[in-house]
Amino acid sequence: MSLLSLNNVHSHYGHIHALKGISLDVNKGEIVTLIGSNGAGKSTTLRTISGMMHPTSGSITLNGVDISKMDPHAIVLAGLGHVPEGRGIFPKLTVKENLEMGAFTVTDRQAVEERMEYGFTLFPRLKERVSQYGGTLSGGEQQMLAIARGLMLNPSILMLDEPSMGLAPVLVELIFDIIKTLNEKGTTVLLVEQNALMALSIAHRGYVLQTGEIVVNDSAANLKMNPLVQKAYLGMD
Amino acid sequence: MNRFVQSINVNELIRPLGQLMVFSLGSAIALSGIALMLALVLDQTAVGLALQDKYNVTLYTYTLINLPQVVIDGLTIGFVYAAIALGYTMVYGVLEFINFAHSEIFAVGAFIGVEFLIAMDSSGLLRSASIGMSYLLLILAILLGMVAAGGLAVTVERVAYRPLRGASRLVPLISAIGVSFLLQDVIRLVEGLTTGDFNRIFPSFGNFDQRLNFGKLALGATNINLGISIKSIIVIVAAMLMLIGLNYLVNATRIGKAIRAVAQDRHTASLMGINVNRIISITFLVGGLLGGAAGVLYALKFTRIDPFVGFFPGLKAFAAAVLGGIGNLTGALLGGIVLGMLETFAGSYMGVFTMGAAGSEYKDIFAFSILILVLIFRPQGLMGENVGQKA
Repeated sequence: MSLLSLNNVHSHYGHIHALKGISLDVNKGEIVTLIGSNGAGKSTTLRTISGMMHPTSGSITLNGVDISKMDPHAIVLAGLGHVPEGRGIFPKLTVKENLEMGAFTVTDRQAVEERMEYGFTLFPRLKERVSQYGGTLSGGEQQMLAIARGLMLNPSILMLDEPSMGLAPVLVELIFDIIKTLNEKGTTVLLVEQNALMALSIAHRGYVLQTGEIVVNDSAANLKMNPLVQKAYLGMD
Repeated sequence: MNRFVQSINVNELIRPLGQLMVFSLGSAIALSGIALMLALVLDQTAVGLALQDKYNVTLYTYTLINLPQVVIDGLTIGFVYAAIALGYTMVYGVLEFINFAHSEIFAVGAFIGVEFLIAMDSSGLLRSASIGMSYLLLILAILLGMVAAGGLAVTVERVAYRPLRGASRLVPLISAIGVSFLLQDVIRLVEGLTTGDFNRIFPSFGNFDQRLNFGKLALGATNINLGISIKSIIVIVAAMLMLIGLNYLVNATRIGKAIRAVAQDRHTASLMGINVNRIISITFLVGGLLGGAAGVLYALKFTRIDPFVGFFPGLKAFAAAVLGGIGNLTGALLGGIVLGMLETFAGSYMGVFTMGAAGSEYKDIFAFSILILVLIFRPQGLMGENVGQKA
């Protein structure tokens, strides 16, 4: 059975029908990517999964539990980590406090310490900045912090929304390397990305979203060869 | 026990104490300087001569003699303003909305505390109370006022603000003004039906009305009486404890960290597993607790309360919060103390300095002039940007 499963999910912003029957599955140990252009509904899909908005119909299950009507904080407890678009760093909390916020629901102090250390081994730069305010970090450092913070809960699935946004190419590669490493160590990842080439280079499978609907669903290798994907998202003719 | 002591962040206890000292001393010294300078300048003018004529005392000496009492009164009311201002500023920090019903939450706290003491009084308990017992009763009255005001603040948020969470910013503001009127009239109704009297008097008991005298300070030929009423000490000490406690809660505890996170980015905070609605309720609870205690302390200091007792202190505390920088906790302390001091100085000296043309009844001008000036020239307040702002 898949770890995360969306079944015919519809979502609305007021009268705007943003998701028109999305069905997708993420299995344990996979990296699954959602690609699509601006406004296709990628972030809306993640926001609907994490409970920041509720689906108008359809079901979402995580570890077999229906989470479609839960509040965000309860879904976090069910095992979902969400690194939001724009990173969502708390600007006036220090790096350490930001990480502690990520483990807000964890009562085992030793586990918190260990996970923080793990975050520092992934991103040594964060350790140097541990007592700096989140708002003073560069964009790349904020993205590192957002990912490290997302891992503080030891989530069964980590959702990343546009981790490459606004970053220099060298940092994009670093971030994607880390995502790959995390996955190899057992973290399941659902990745939303505009940089389709990067996303498909590390993902196992992918879904292509167009105006709120999934139009293609295939393995990453096949998607790279798919003429529609090549034309629309990889810039090839 | 040892681990408990170790886990206390001493720094977060000392820092706010230091801030309170600096703000109090700083505003006292600055305003005393201005008052004395004005007195020196006006001494040889008609103002000084009129005073000389009437009381046979120079304006400078008159100003100096009154100074200690003015500073203490200013501090007392300043700390009360600061405690109320924190309620406005905390709610603003988390929701970016001015809770205009906060002044009535303060009033409800005052009424509950005073009614409890009046009930104790009519049962004869107050008159026979020993000193220790009367302090115990006062603390109980403050606690009751706090609990009532805190519970009310949480209820108001739940009933009148939360359903409007997604609406435009003006809508909850109007709701808050409505709640404010409603609560005023509910107090009036309840008091009218049960006691037939809107004006309630803080019963006189214990040794709160006495003064501690520290003797005289001789400055040349002038003797200055140094003393402080026990009431003022109680108000200042209680308010200081609360302000330090609040600072500790916000800066050094898990809940406080969650409050700051919600203030900075509510949506991301919910993705951290923080129950945002619960944190918002806690914020209103804490603001209400402070407001309720401030209400009882205000009643202790000024004795008489009526259903509209919250209006002016509430508005002035709001002005104080804006002066310090709304959303900023340290700013609320600074704003409250500065405003309380300024107002007391104005109330005490304006009458003499203007030869009675503008007496202490005009002191309210200062709080609201400051509000207008701050909004025009430094809308972010003295302490800079607000905590909820994104970097």
